[in-house]
Amino acid sequence: MTYIAKPKLHHPSLQPNALGFTRRDYEGRISTLCAGCGHDSISAAIVQACYELSIEPHRVAKMSGIGCSSKTPDYFLGQAHGFNSVHGRMPSVLTGAAMANRDLIYLGVSGDGDSASIGLGQFAHALRRGVNMVYICENNGVYGLTKGQFSATADAGAKSKSGEVHVDSAIDLISMALLLGASYVARSFSGDKKQLVPLIMGAIRHKGAAILDVISPCVTFNNHAGSTKSFDYVREHDEAVNAVDFVPARKEITADYEPGTTELVRQHDGSYLKLAKLRPDYDPSNRIAALAYLQEHQAQGELVTGLIYVAPEAADLHDHLGTADTPLNTLTEKELCPGAKALEVVNGEYR
Amino acid sequence: MRAITGPLAATNDFVVKFANINGSGSASANELFARSILRMGVPVASRNIFPSNIQGLPTWYEVRVSGEGWLGRRGGVDFMVALNPQTFDKDMASIEPGGYLLYDSTKPIPPEKFRPDITVLPIPLTEICNKAYADPRQRQLFKNIVYVGAMTSLLGMDLEAVKWLIAEQFESKPKLLAPNIQALGFGYEYARDRLKDRCKLKVKRQDKVGERIFIQGNNAAALGCVWAGATVCAWYPITPSTSLAENYNRHASRFRIDPVSKKKNFAFLQAEDEIAAIGMVVGASWNGARAFTATSGPGISLMSEIFGFAYYAEVPAVVFDVQRGGPSTGMPTRTQQSDLLLAAYASHGDTKHVLLFPEDPHECFDFAAAAFDLAERLQTPVFVMMDLDIGMNDWLVEPLSWDDTRRYDRGKVLSAEELEAGKTFGRYIDVDGDAVPYRTIPGTHPSQGAYFTRGSSHDAYARYSEEGATYVAGMQRLLRKFETAKSLVPKPAAREAKEKARFGVIYYGSTAVAMNEAVAVLEQKGLPLDLMRVRAFPFNDDVEAFIAAHEQVFVVEQNRDAQLMKLMVGECAIDPAKFLPILHFDGTPITARFIIKEIAARAGLAEAEAQEAAQ
Repeated sequence: MTYIAKPKLHHPSLQPNALGFTRRDYEGRISTLCAGCGHDSISAAIVQACYELSIEPHRVAKMSGIGCSSKTPDYFLGQAHGFNSVHGRMPSVLTGAAMANRDLIYLGVSGDGDSASIGLGQFAHALRRGVNMVYICENNGVYGLTKGQFSATADAGAKSKSGEVHVDSAIDLISMALLLGASYVARSFSGDKKQLVPLIMGAIRHKGAAILDVISPCVTFNNHAGSTKSFDYVREHDEAVNAVDFVPARKEITADYEPGTTELVRQHDGSYLKLAKLRPDYDPSNRIAALAYLQEHQAQGELVTGLIYVAPEAADLHDHLGTADTPLNTLTEKELCPGAKALEVVNGEYR
Repeated sequence: MRAITGPLAATNDFVVKFANINGSGSASANELFARSILRMGVPVASRNIFPSNIQGLPTWYEVRVSGEGWLGRRGGVDFMVALNPQTFDKDMASIEPGGYLLYDSTKPIPPEKFRPDITVLPIPLTEICNKAYADPRQRQLFKNIVYVGAMTSLLGMDLEAVKWLIAEQFESKPKLLAPNIQALGFGYEYARDRLKDRCKLKVKRQDKVGERIFIQGNNAAALGCVWAGATVCAWYPITPSTSLAENYNRHASRFRIDPVSKKKNFAFLQAEDEIAAIGMVVGASWNGARAFTATSGPGISLMSEIFGFAYYAEVPAVVFDVQRGGPSTGMPTRTQQSDLLLAAYASHGDTKHVLLFPEDPHECFDFAAAAFDLAERLQTPVFVMMDLDIGMNDWLVEPLSWDDTRRYDRGKVLSAEELEAGKTFGRYIDVDGDAVPYRTIPGTHPSQGAYFTRGSSHDAYARYSEEGATYVAGMQRLLRKFETAKSLVPKPAAREAKEKARFGVIYYGSTAVAMNEAVAVLEQKGLPLDLMRVRAFPFNDDVEAFIAAHEQVFVVEQNRDAQLMKLMVGECAIDPAKFLPILHFDGTPITARFIIKEIAARAGLAEAEAQEAAQ
């Protein structure tokens, strides 16, 4: 048996959240990833974000594809249903699940192989449909499970562990997401929990398609000199545009921010994103400017992180489809079956 | 050979074929012709034989008029309406000796160009329309109504019945009514005055249609999905399945609107491809909705990986495969039953899937509803194996029916109360001994019933496991679950011959209508046959018993490789030498004459008898 159940020991000092859950209630099984893997930090950030938002764990559906990152939903929110689908197809499975029940939180976890290569099509279409989800791409630029081949997000010029130099252009999922109409677009770094946790919280509370591209170095195959997705490289080139703080709907917004350097974004559910402007010239509500900014800084070798774009009142898939408010999976025969009499009327129309 | 004794004469028993150019507006006129005959109480079977094209390529519409009620294709053409110069020679050649040919004589064809053994009925369609209409589009469109008018007179049909139908058709566009009636009159009067008594094929009012309806299988299946409570349809356009999804949307938009909010109690989504479509279906089904997709062979190929996932992780899914001619792009607008093996074992690894074979649109409705019950009861994909012939042609069938006391079988789903009551939950534990485990729907209970759905090897608690014994136990249980399926799927329909029969015949799907006619003729010729119409895979034990009870068994199919036969050889304990495959796979629906000829010859009927039987 290669899974290991985590012992449920509650330390008395663990603080319960508004629902009475402690952080441990948001954990899952023990990770089987390599020690030091960036993905485990992201799992920890998800745990933290859900704990802080006082989400009922079972109201989350954890969806993933195939790859190291896609294994991680087993390692957090043990009381939530998980769906480890097939390679590159998480977005469609998530979309279907979201169609069936609009009331759960859909958390999709994928990797760069899963999202940028085999699943690029599904990645694109889920975003352009505005599926109400948090889509986290744990991006390390390599195929870990098959031992270190380049992925499509690897930068041209990056060097593999075996010394091979990558020549193809990199796919930038964040630029793509902006073009495709995603309404919450963020990039972060697995080593920057302070930035990542509030970004995940904001994404969970966002209505519409939220995408987080999280650079997550592969300690085994992509953390050497010459890699552009190593801990050292990312730390050196990270250019945060803002520092995000998440303020839940029930907390009063007080004037503890300096106008001009801090920006408040009110989300659909009444919560706020408090953005400390690290780059005063950056405006996260302007999709076109965001795209240009990203391109300019990427050309200079800078990795732009933070909340890159947000449209707080975006429409989502259910708005587009016109589905009723009651989740489809709770409808009963009474609402669903038109019955024998109605069928008689239909028969009459085909005589 | 039938002796040639002059022009064919028949009442309510002949075949008319319209040879048109695609995109010329002929389809609705031809359908009007068929429906008019139905309104006279005479059964018809119509087949649209169309190209994968929007405009310009040849298209045909065949109408079998059968007072006896035979609804399959007979084979052969008695009356050809030849309006396509591209195919004129071939169309003329296909007419039965003594048959009729109607053509547009605006530019007369010299008499020596026609076969001497047929009756030619010249009507200057273009001239009539050019005289009556100035608009080029109208000149073209009304030509179709003019020939329907002429046919009405030639076949002695009820002019009022045709007018009545036109009035119904243009109820919402009254402006178009008068010109259509006028065009009908032009043709009717021309034939009445100039071609009087030239045609000895007649339609005579009968009372043989009754309560039956005239409907396409795709439409009936879509209605079945609405009545069965399907709430999610994810699909990708592909001929010949597209109208199934589109009809679902149309019917659901009518019957599934929340009375208060006026919003939809269903979700209809056109996916980016078939892979995404089946991914959505599986996601929605996993989350407790009844979900389906409609596709054709190429879509089944693309969806295969996810079928394997759904089989192994045990997620329900309903898939309509409206089969067309394969392999590859094949013949997208022609019919075949050539996806059986693909669907039965879709995906890598050891998999087996439940297949249903509806014989007509009526059964498409019933099997659509059954498919959702089966998929949820068995927690596995269920394929409704239709074909273009059933899906896209109007068939005369018994009215659709629904029993209001019927309840959906939502299968083994644990509720929050059941979980609360302390029922032990392990996603893949065989609690009841039928190899079907219990499942939970996400979000049901705060602390119980969560599990991790995965396509990787798992134990009874859905935990990852690479233990050989654990894997084997899971795979063996799936095999036992397939045994359970045998008792739940529709049983085969059997019919014994009056006399003891040496031969049995196994067939399925759209072949049934032609088979019914063929067996009646063969029995008349002294060849009794026992019949078994297979309605599902896995085969229940009756199929094996039927095969065992006969010296030899014909298996009649519409594919090259005898796919059902192979499935039976692989899945039943039978000597393959018992089977005699009868295979029709040119893309057109199988005909009664084809079956008669093939079975007669192989059953050893004398050549002369076989020839005669086939006429």
